[in-house]
Amino acid sequence: MCPATEVDTTSPRETARAGSTALTVERLCKTYGETTALDGVSFSVGHNEIVGLVGPNGAGKTTTINMVLGVLEPSSGTIHVEGVDIAAQRSRALQSTNFAAVYAPLPGNLTVCQNLRVFGLIYAVSDLKARIDFLLEQFELEHFRNIKCGLLSSGEQTRVGLAKAMLNRPRLLLLDEPTASLDPATAREIRARIHDFAMQDSTGVLWTSHNMYEVEEVCDRVLFLARGRILLEGNPRTLPREHGKNSLEELFVTVAREPLSLGVG
Amino acid sequence: MFITRTFAIVLRQAYLIRGSFSRLFPLFAWVAVDIVLWGFITKYLNSVTASGFNFVPVLLGAVLLWDFLIRVMQGVTMAFFEDVWSRNFLNIFATPLSISEYLGGLVISSIATSAVGLAVMFALATTVFGLSFMTYGLMIVPYLLTLFLCGIALGIFSSAVVLRMGPAAEWFIWPIPALISPFAGVFYPIATLPKWMQYVSELLPPSYVFEGMRAVVTGGSFSLSALLWGGCLAILYVLLAAWFFARTYRYAVRTGLLARYSAESVS
Repeated sequence: MCPATEVDTTSPRETARAGSTALTVERLCKTYGETTALDGVSFSVGHNEIVGLVGPNGAGKTTTINMVLGVLEPSSGTIHVEGVDIAAQRSRALQSTNFAAVYAPLPGNLTVCQNLRVFGLIYAVSDLKARIDFLLEQFELEHFRNIKCGLLSSGEQTRVGLAKAMLNRPRLLLLDEPTASLDPATAREIRARIHDFAMQDSTGVLWTSHNMYEVEEVCDRVLFLARGRILLEGNPRTLPREHGKNSLEELFVTVAREPLSLGVG
Repeated sequence: MFITRTFAIVLRQAYLIRGSFSRLFPLFAWVAVDIVLWGFITKYLNSVTASGFNFVPVLLGAVLLWDFLIRVMQGVTMAFFEDVWSRNFLNIFATPLSISEYLGGLVISSIATSAVGLAVMFALATTVFGLSFMTYGLMIVPYLLTLFLCGIALGIFSSAVVLRMGPAAEWFIWPIPALISPFAGVFYPIATLPKWMQYVSELLPPSYVFEGMRAVVTGGSFSLSALLWGGCLAILYVLLAAWFFARTYRYAVRTGLLARYSAESVS
């Protein structure tokens, strides 16, 4: 049995019907035998909104992302992308979605350009050549156009993954620790670029990170996930003070270790 | 169904083969070795038997057709294994690509790669060993088609087994044609087999092809309806294999196996 954990005051489905959400997740549960990985999670991501999904290792962040991507079936609950139920119309829902994750690099035996062309065809991107050229320029990858991805540094591979994630101008972008392997200077540039892309294309972004500085800088809203449940939600810049903490990192540690001291969990 | 998505899978395979000698070489090298080896064996047999029976169309033709089936099967599995080896499942299946589009891409890739092997075998067998396809007449078309469908079915089934059991299950896949060949009567009439093996043969489309081929070559009676039945069985196996793959994929999504494929199991 998965009880619902709802901290969002608006019903996700109501917002989805109004056509203003990129992602609506309702009462999502995932169990593996006796183990509960996700326990009644509900939230939504609006267009032009970047939502941070943070939590300790094993909290259920990647499980949530995998379910939204259709590679993991929920035990119960629903996921709507742009109002389209992913369980009923997987291909249609994923047509307007894309993702980048540090643990899912593109095939290293294809060049940057070949990888982008293959995925561009899968997403049926119009005027693919121009789109690839634009993204190579945006992510400073022109010099690596004909280099095999496996020969690139991890930071360069991350940028190729992000270029792939932007190929189809997704309305929902899922980023699982997108700057984990980047140096601070490159990470800052990439954060700014992702933000610009999201705003230009009215994209909703779900962004997981262990870097609280990054979450504070980039995200409009943050969800604290622990033990498969969303325990806190709010503005990352004001949420720490609301709970008597000096920083988001301090709040993170408290949520991860002593959630009861905050009256949650 | 988006044809561009299917084309993407084919294009990926083309990029990989074009840029890799180790992928290009096996497309024609091993079948060429097989034809040369069996070509000389048949020549030798022709020289030592006094009956005047020509072994070339029976033995060398059988090797050529059986190798074609293996190439078709491997064309599908190799294209699938590229995603296994490059740990690409998350990237590929978190897209709008449907299972039918994906399998379509694997099949078209296999058509292209097996055609290379077939052309090399045809060229070697005819020019070096004097195999004449006029001996088979137009029947070569349904023979190839039935074996092609059977190879596709085996390739899709094998891919599903690897999807379900993990990358290490690759080693279950390679010997499958060798396990089938004794029952398929590639080199001898099905009547040679014990009764229980003959019952198994009746379920294998290639057995109808090889029986038919021998009948045509030796001028014996040939049952068109038997070959038609073999073709229908092959179509049925393609559909069953695609159903099995789709079912395995759904299992992998439901249990989390797809998202954690490198673990090889969910327990």
